[in-house]
Order: sequence, then C-alpha cells, then structure tokens
Amino acid sequence: MNATAIFRVENLRKSFGPNRVLDGVSIDLQPGTVTVLMGANGAGKSTLVKTVCGVYQPDSGSLTLDGAPFAPASTAEAIRAGVVTVHQNINDGVIADLDVATNLMLDRLTGWGKPVLFNPFRIRREAREVADKMGLTVDLRAEVADLPLADRQMVAIARAMAHKPKVLILDEPTSSLSSAEAERLFDLVERLKAGGVAILYISHRMSDIRRLADRIVSLRDGRIVGTFDGPVLDYEGAVNAMLGEIISHDRIEVRDGGDIVFSARNLTLKAGRKPFSFDLKDGEIVAITGLVGVGKTDLAETLFGARRVVSGDMTLSGRPYRPRSAADAIATGVFLVAKDRSASSIVPDFNIYENISLPFLKNLSLVGVSARSRERERARAQIDALGIVCRTERDEMFTLSGGNQQKVTVARWLAEPARLLILDEPFQGVDIAARRDIARKLRASADGRATLVFLTELDEAFEIADRILVMSEHTLCGEHINRNLDMERLLAEISGQTMTVN
Amino acid sequence: MNTDATNTAQSAPKATKTAKAGSSTPTRDFAIRYGFLLLVFAIVVYFSIMADGFASPQSAVFILQSVSITGILALGVTATLVAGGFDLSIGSVATTAMMASSYVMVVMNGDALSATLVCLAIGILIGLINGFLIVYMRVPDLLATLGMMFLLLGLQRIPTEGRSIATGMTLPDGSVASGTFSPSFLALGRYRFDFVIPNLVPASVVVLVVLAIVIWFFLEYTRFGRMMYAVGSNERAASLAGAPVKGYKILAYVISAIFASIGGILLAARLGRGDIASGNNLLLDAVAAALTGFAVLGAAKPNAFGTAIGALFVGILLQGLTMMNAPYYTQDFVKGVVLVFALVFTFALSGRNRR
Repeated sequence: MNATAIFRVENLRKSFGPNRVLDGVSIDLQPGTVTVLMGANGAGKSTLVKTVCGVYQPDSGSLTLDGAPFAPASTAEAIRAGVVTVHQNINDGVIADLDVATNLMLDRLTGWGKPVLFNPFRIRREAREVADKMGLTVDLRAEVADLPLADRQMVAIARAMAHKPKVLILDEPTSSLSSAEAERLFDLVERLKAGGVAILYISHRMSDIRRLADRIVSLRDGRIVGTFDGPVLDYEGAVNAMLGEIISHDRIEVRDGGDIVFSARNLTLKAGRKPFSFDLKDGEIVAITGLVGVGKTDLAETLFGARRVVSGDMTLSGRPYRPRSAADAIATGVFLVAKDRSASSIVPDFNIYENISLPFLKNLSLVGVSARSRERERARAQIDALGIVCRTERDEMFTLSGGNQQKVTVARWLAEPARLLILDEPFQGVDIAARRDIARKLRASADGRATLVFLTELDEAFEIADRILVMSEHTLCGEHINRNLDMERLLAEISGQTMTVN
Repeated sequence: MNTDATNTAQSAPKATKTAKAGSSTPTRDFAIRYGFLLLVFAIVVYFSIMADGFASPQSAVFILQSVSITGILALGVTATLVAGGFDLSIGSVATTAMMASSYVMVVMNGDALSATLVCLAIGILIGLINGFLIVYMRVPDLLATLGMMFLLLGLQRIPTEGRSIATGMTLPDGSVASGTFSPSFLALGRYRFDFVIPNLVPASVVVLVVLAIVIWFFLEYTRFGRMMYAVGSNERAASLAGAPVKGYKILAYVISAIFASIGGILLAARLGRGDIASGNNLLLDAVAAALTGFAVLGAAKPNAFGTAIGALFVGILLQGLTMMNAPYYTQDFVKGVVLVFALVFTFALSGRNRR
C-alpha cells in the first residue's frame, strides 16, 4: 500500500471468549496526516486502540512502526517506542489533585533509576519547555482539578507529546468539550500534524471529522469496511459504511397513528442551537436517530423532566406540559426507559419483582404498606408478556442475561398505561432475540400512547418505527415514513450534510 | 458489551447478594442464610451449660437491658446505611440529648415531658442539619457526620462549663441548681414491668422492642422503606423512577438522630445525672451491631432484624463471658472479634458468588 506509512496495522485479530471483536483489521498511518476512524458502538474501536497501545495483546496479526516490528507488552513500552494514546475519559490522562507542571512531567517521576528527590524548580522549568513547545497557555501552577475540561484535555495531550511520539491516537477527544473548546483542540492537532506526527483520530462527530480528516476509515463489526481518501472526502459514504448495509428485516406494518398526543414547539436543547418542533401521535412509534452525542439523550431527559428546557413549549394531550422532575413526568403519564440500564435503571439489591414495581409502588400499596402479593402478580404477568427467562419473579437481577435485564426495565414501564413512553437506546447490550421480543411487545401495545425511541443504529429503527426523525447537532433535521425510505437523504441528514447546505 | 449490574461505589459497605439460583450449593446457601443464627443459638446453649444462672429470665432481661441503648442507636444508623449513607454522629447525639434533658430538669426546673420533647427536637434538628450538609452542601456523609460528632461533643459541655449535671450541682455563676430529675423521667430508666415474674422487664427494653418493630416494619413493609433501599442501592435509578431521593436521604438522617436522642434520654434516666464521661462507647457499639447485622440471614445489606440480632449477640457474649469470670477489659476485644468475623462472613463468604 502506501510506502510512506510510518505505522502499519496488518490483519489484526482479537477475540474475547467466543466474541470476535477484531476480525482482521489493517490500517496504515502516514506522518503528517490525520486518519479518522469511524465506527458505531461495539464496532471494535476501543479494542483496536487498546490493542495498538499495548493494553491488550492481539490474537494474530502484526504491527509495524517505522519499518520495524512493534509488539508492545504494556502501555509504557508503547509510549517509549513512540505510540501515544489519549483516552476518551479525560480524567484518566491527568491527576486532578496535582498541578499542571507535575502532570506534564509525571512520566519522568516514575520508574527505576529516576532521582529519588523531587526538585520542584527543575520540574517547573522542564514543564515550561514542554508547554511552550505545545503552545499551552495554562498556568503551570494551577491544579488540574480547577481547569475546564478542554484545558485538562490539552494537558493530557501535552503530557503525551512530551514523549515526542511518532504516532498519536486520540480516542473521542471532543466528546466532553464545547465547540469553542474543541476549536482549540483542533488547532493543536493541526500544529502536531504540521510537525509530522501521524494521527489516528477516533470520533463520531461529523463536525470534527469534516474539520480535520485527511482520510476516513470506517470500521464495522471488527472489519474495515471502507477507506475514503482523496481531495474531496465522501463523508456520506463513510457514514453509510460505518452503519452498514441495510439488512432486510421483517417488514413492519407501518401505521399512521391517531390523534396527536404530544407536541413540541420551537424546542431548544442547547443555547445557540436551532429550535425544532415535532408531533407524536397515538399508536405510532417514532424513532429519533442520529450519531452519538448529537443530543438524543438530552432530548429524552428533557421530555422526562430530568433536564431543563432551554426554550420552547411542549403540550401533552392538549395541555401545556412542563415537568419539573421525573416524578412530575411520571404523574402525567410520561415514562422513560433510560439509557444504560446498570447505571440508570436496575437496582442491584432488588429482585425482579421489586425492580418492576419500583416506580409504581404507590399504586401497589395500601396506605403505604406494600402488598408483595400484588407486586409479584404484576411481575408474573410481565414475565409472561415479554418472555423473560428466569426461574421465578424472585430471582436476583444479576442472575439474568443482559437481554432479560433489559426486558425487566422495559416491563417496569409497560406495567402501567402511559401517555408517552420514551425509550433511550433500549437495545444497547441486548441480544437479537430479546431485541425482537421487546420490539414486538412495544408494537403490540402501542395503542393508547405515543412511543418515542432513541436509537443510534439505523437497523433497529427500521425494525420498530413507523416514522423516523433524524437528529444532528442538537436539532431535528429530517423526517421519514418507514416505507420506501430515501436512504440517500437519510444518510446525508445523519452525517450532517444538510446542515452545511443550510 | 453486557455490563453487569454492579454496585456503585458508596461509603456504606455493601456486598453482592448471594445467588439463590444457579451454581451455589444448598449446603452453602443454608450456611450463609442460617449460619449466624445457628452460631447465636450455639453460644446460648454453651453458656447455659457452662455458666450457672445464665439460662434464667433475669439474665435474659439483663442482656436486653445492657444492649437496649446501643440497640436503639444501631437501629437508627441502620436507616442511614439503608439509604447508602453513614452516621458517625449518633453517639454524640445521644450524649447531647442526655445532657440536654438533665439541663432542662436540673437547671431549668423543667418536667419530664418538656425534657423529653426538647431532646426529640434536638434530634430532629441535628438530623436535618446532617441531611442538609450531605444532600445540599455535598459534604461526604462520613465527613459531615464526623464534623457533627465533634461539634456536639463540644457543644454539650458549654452550658455547664464542662461540668457534669447532677441534682444540687453548683452552677457556673456560683448558685446551686434547684431542679431535680423528675420521678417519672427516672422511671424511663428504672421502672420494671411485670412479665411472668413481677418487676421483670425494664422500660428501656420495652422501648427497644417497640422501636425495633417500628423500624423493621418501616423498612420491610412500607413503600417508603423500599424506596429508601432503592436510593441506597442505585440512586440514579430511584430518581428516574420518580423518587424524591434528597428527601429520603434527609429522612434517613432524621430517623438516625431521633433514635439516638431517644437512646440519650434512656441513658440520662438510667444514670440519673448528665455525666459528661458516659456514652463513650455508644457509637462504636452501635455501628458494630448494625454491621454485624449484615451477616444475619445472608442479607449482605443493612437490615433491621439483623441489627437487632447483632446487638443481642454482643450482649449475650459479654454477659456469658462475665458470668464465666472473664475480666472487663477483654470486652472490647471480644466485640472487635465478633465484628471482624461477621464482616468476613458477609463479604468473603456470601459475596463469593458474584460474577
């Protein structure tokens, strides 16, 4: 392939148990180039990064750095060889309670043969050199904990650059930065690029990608499914490749829905973003799709009262709807199956029936005294309806598989009639059989409420939704009926093409 | 990408529950569930054989009385443990209540009712302050209640300039206190109800039993208790299920402080004076009882029944050893061994099935 490649990944394979995460990945990185790696959740991006930087050992395949074989046994070894990674979680890259200077020099303080005594003056002097070279303007005496996220990210990168790397891997570096903060990061990346560093940049954000990419590589199911090069990059093609060929699925019978249950007018999720409006009808299932970080969860939490509306109006069943808390939303019949069930839904100390009755204990108790027999009855009905695989309704949650745990969290909110049921990434970490069960149950029970599902994976949206709305940059930018879809337009909207035209 | 439901890091210790299904063997399950109760039973049998008079109503009542105040405090701290917190201030809340009730009666010539009400009000106030510091000021629970403990230890000495309060004491201004402990107040500590044998059961034991039943019922059988467990186990899930998480946390600290002030009232009634040197061991004993309770019935989480058994177990052990002439200075050692043993039982044995 390219003869000037400084870093070459060839045919990398890595499995965890029966789960093959990397299935023969090959990438070349050239000096002075930003290669963007795109991939949906679970495509294998993190595993690839961790294998390349020495956290995991590959099952097979080879890495070549500067023409020589490269097989780091640890991150420290990778760093010494010149392959430096800045991980997604900013706080993994810095020590919050130490000052900036010490953070920059951290790697000089550990290891055998380093001086035992700590000379703060020398540390600061050397840190100053590193900072100047990187154009880092933060106060070196400031504690990292007091810095905004962007500055912490800069410190983490500057610390990485103190090793004079040949290859720099940035794993979703802008995921927690504002656009102004991100701009500073881009300047830095461009300076490094001009200095001849080969950069592998992992991101979902189309704005980042458009700003920085020289090449785009799409990863899907552990394989490279597309490399996009040349003077004009095919962003749409890259997104398409990353999301995969749209597999044919059980066609659903698309319904138009009845009366309008919920409507939002001129809603703004984030200051300065374009306001948007939408309606949800009785009996229909609407999917909102879009890349990670475009504001889907923000919208879900706003509708559920867990987040303040920046501006705009909402109406539910014709009446103004302005929930101040989750309890408010639940009382008016708006339920949320939250994203990330282990963090937001499951009470680990509770068994199945206790988890199912959690939000509606009030309805299940008599003057405050809980009626366990009624709770168990309700749980048994839900176990049958959703096909939850368990011995009894008293089983502990951790004995269930991921798909069955998810069924329990969905059952929790299906047990009472809703006006608006919101599900945020309900199929995350759920096997295909459980996903079909949940989708079928949602469609079968859809009458009498509006249902809104937030999904990143398009396949899932096609499988469940009557209507698909597209979200990008914290606003809605497209609407499709799930019937003879205009795929090209849909993908263009997801990748934000239409936004730049406007 | 399946992540197990893992316990979030919390200041209150928690072990993963035992698998009641799947890989664990029946024997093992039985041992984890009933092992601790069997141990309690075995020790009772052992002392009954080895120590004359151990198996008697008087001895049983003595044990209950010896653990009544500690037990009440332990039941209160159980509520904070359930809500995922911790209350280190209970010991000093109890001694503050003791000093306050004595002050109301001896110095201010108050009656038993006003002394009791003042103590309960102090308890509620301290609980609210603790809850406020933890929930709204975001001070970590251990630190907030540690600070409150320190503050109260000092505060309770200020009105009397560091002196203990007793009938006829000399006040800071040189005059002699005119008030006395009212007889009905002292009865809280000294009156004995007839039960099978005349004059058998002290009032403090009755209070303990009543409070134990109340908190047990609250935690196990009301929706509020259930939500309190949910808050302690996964705060975010409880909040997204519509629970007023902050309210539950504050409620837990109020319960804890009220129970502690009731303990303090009983202490004052038993001693008949406001003794600044008493109550040193209350905090450690109560916390030990609540933590020992994790091991009862394989709960691996705070629970009122376990706390009561934990308190009782320590009382039985100390009474038995005393009757067998073990010296007093070995008591703390014995309590420590019991606690370490119970914690290992909870976390290492019943936690082994976690994935």
